[in-house]
Amino acid sequence: MTETNQLLRLLKEFPLAETHRPWARRIVDFEAWQGAIDLLAVSDWDFLGLWAEPQASDKEKFQVHMALRDGENTTVVVITLPLEGLSYPAVSGVRPGALRLERSIADLFGLVALGAEDMRPWLDHGRWPVNHPLSEAEPREIVPFEYDFLKAESAEALHQIPVGPVHAGIIEPGHFRFHANGEAVVRLETRLGYVHKGIEALMQGKTLLEASKLVGRVSGDSTVAYAYAFARACEAACDVEAPPRAVWLRAVMAEMERLANHLGDFGAVCNDAAYGIMLAHAMTLKEKVLRAAHKAFGHRLMMDCIIPGGVAHDLGKEGMAQIKAMQREVRRGFERLAQLYDDTPSLLDRTVGTGVTMASLAHRFGTGGVIARASGRSIDARRNPGYAPYDELDFDVPLEIDGDVHCRLMVRVAEIRESLALIERFTDGLPSGPLTRPLPAQEGEGMALVEGFRGEILVWVRIDGSGRILRCFPRDPSWFQWPLLEACIDGNIVADFPLCNKSFNCSYSGSDL
Amino acid sequence: MTPILKLLAKALLKGPVTEPAPEQAEIQELADKIDASAKVKLGRSLVIREIDAGSCNACELEIHALGNPLYDIERFGIRFAASPRHADVLLVTGPVARNMAEALKRTYDATPGPKWVVAMGDCAIDGGCFKGGYACLDGVDKVVPVDVRIPGCPPSPTDLLKNLLALLETVR
Ligand code: SF4
Repeated sequence: MTETNQLLRLLKEFPLAETHRPWARRIVDFEAWQGAIDLLAVSDWDFLGLWAEPQASDKEKFQVHMALRDGENTTVVVITLPLEGLSYPAVSGVRPGALRLERSIADLFGLVALGAEDMRPWLDHGRWPVNHPLSEAEPREIVPFEYDFLKAESAEALHQIPVGPVHAGIIEPGHFRFHANGEAVVRLETRLGYVHKGIEALMQGKTLLEASKLVGRVSGDSTVAYAYAFARACEAACDVEAPPRAVWLRAVMAEMERLANHLGDFGAVCNDAAYGIMLAHAMTLKEKVLRAAHKAFGHRLMMDCIIPGGVAHDLGKEGMAQIKAMQREVRRGFERLAQLYDDTPSLLDRTVGTGVTMASLAHRFGTGGVIARASGRSIDARRNPGYAPYDELDFDVPLEIDGDVHCRLMVRVAEIRESLALIERFTDGLPSGPLTRPLPAQEGEGMALVEGFRGEILVWVRIDGSGRILRCFPRDPSWFQWPLLEACIDGNIVADFPLCNKSFNCSYSGSDL
Repeated sequence: MTPILKLLAKALLKGPVTEPAPEQAEIQELADKIDASAKVKLGRSLVIREIDAGSCNACELEIHALGNPLYDIERFGIRFAASPRHADVLLVTGPVARNMAEALKRTYDATPGPKWVVAMGDCAIDGGCFKGGYACLDGVDKVVPVDVRIPGCPPSPTDLLKNLLALLETVR
C-alpha cells in the first residue's frame, strides 16, 4: 500500500463538503489533520495552499483549509479543520512553503500555527489601523514593528547589506538583507508585505464581476491567468461551464500573456548580465505582442477580458489578422535572439552555473513554474490537474535539470516557442458560438488551478446565495518561489543577485496581496 | 555571418524602429494643465525615480515599455535613476499601501528640490479599485503633494509619454 493511498484512505472516513467543486473537500478532526501532516512527511503529495475563514455556523469560530495534490494521479483534495480555539497544528514542519502562509494567517486572523518555526509577523508591519483585519478587526494604535532579521554567525567577519524597500530601478518594493563575506553571499533574507493592499478583505461582499476585476489586479503581469482561475473557480462553484468559444479565447489570451512576459524576462535577464542589445530586441518583440493584444482584445494586458461565465471581448477578423502577423514577426525575430544567446560565450559565462536551485527543495516548498521545470520538476497545471482546452491537446512541457539561471532561460525559450505554436492552434480551431453563459446566483464553493507565466495560480471561492463573494483566496506562485531565491543565492557573489532575482522574477504584489 | 552581425546588419539596413514623437499640440494642451507656478529651468532633461507604493505591477510593465526602442523615452532627455538624490521627478504608482507610506515619504524627502510628483494610474490617484480598505491610504496625495495625475488602469505608454513630455515642457 503506497503512502498516497494511505492519505486518501485516512480522509475517506471524513464527511465531504457537498457544495465544493470540482475536487473533494473533507472536513476532518484534529487527529486526522495531524495524521495527514505525518503522512505528508513521507509522501510526495504537493502542497498547494493554506487559508482560513470563519465557520458558517458560528462566525466567532474559524476553520483552516489545506489543498494538496497527488503528483501521480492528478487527484486534488482540500482538507478542512474546524477550530475550537485559535490554533491549529502547523504544516510548515513538513512543507516549509506553508510557513509564510501560516504567518499571514496569524496576521490576518490571529490564528496560531502550533509548532511553526517562525512566528514573526509577515504581512502585518504594524502600520494598519486594525488588528487581525479578517477576523475581529479591532482598532489599534499604529506602531510600526521592528523586524528581527535572522543572524548569520561565522568565524569569518561578515557584513550586512540592507536593500530596499525602495530599491534598484523600476521594480516592486521589498527588503533584502544580505549577509556577505566580502563578495560571497552567506545568507539572504527577504522581508516582504510592503505592497499588501488587503485584497482578500476588499473582495468580500463584492459581486463576481467586481471581484474579478480585483483578482485581475493581484499581480498585474498575470492578470489573464488570475481572471482565468477566478472565472473557473466561480464556474465550478455554480456548476456551469463556459461556452466553447470562450474556453478557447481564454487560452489564446493566456498564451499571449505567457509569451509577452517570457519575452520580457528573457531580455531582462540578459540585460542584467550587461547584454543590453538583447533587452532592446526582446522588448520590441514584447511590444508587438501587447499591441496585437490591444487590437484583438481591446487592452494591452488583456485586463478584465476574462469574466466569470465566459469572456468580455470577442476576437474579430481584424484582431485575428493582427495576432497572425504578430506571430510571424515574433517567431522570426525570436529565433535570431535565441541564436545570439547560444553564440555569446560572455553571456553564457554569467548564466551557466549561477543561482542553482535543487529539485528536492522545489518539491519541499511546492515550487512550480519555470523555476521548478528548470530544475527537473515537471509540473504544469495545464497538464496536472489539467483544464479545458489544454486537456484536449498534446503540447510540450519543457524540462531542464541543472536548475541554474541558464536553465531557467532555456525553459522560457522553449515555452516561448510552445506558446507561439499554441496560439496558432487555438486561433485556427476557434469554435463559434456565444461568449458567455449566465451564472445562477447560488451558494457554492469552487477551486481552480491555472498555469500563469510564473507558475500555478490557485483560486478558491465561496459564494453566497445572492451571488456575492463570502471568501476568496488567490494564491500566487511566488509564495513558494521567494524562499528558493534565498536558497539559490548562497555562495554566489552579490553582483549575481540581480541576475538570480530576474531569472526568478517573483511577484511582490502577488504574494503580498 | 554570426548572429550578432546579422542582427546589426538588419538594424543598419532597416533603420530604427523608433516611432515619431507625439503631436506637439496635444503635449502643449497637457502642459497648460500643469500648475506652472514653479517655473524653473531644468534645461532639456528630466530624471525620474519610480516608486511602487503598492501597485499591482501592471503600471510598472508600461513604464518599462517606455524604454523599449519603439517609444525610446531617452531620446527626449528623460531618464530613470536608481537614487532619489538624482531625481527631479518621482513617478509614483499604487494606492499607497500603508506599509509603503513611510518609504514613499522618505524617498520624497530625499529628493532635492525643485521636484515634481506624478501619480500614475487610477489607484495612485484615489485608490482606484483598492479604495476603502484597511491597508491603503487611497491616493498618493495623502502622503506627498501631487503635480500631475495620469488616469488609466494602467495608462498606456503613449499617455505616459505625453504627460511626461508636457511636464518637461513646463520646466523648460
Ligand atoms: S492603476 Fe491599475 S494597473 Fe496601475 S497599479 Fe493600479 S490597479 Fe494596477
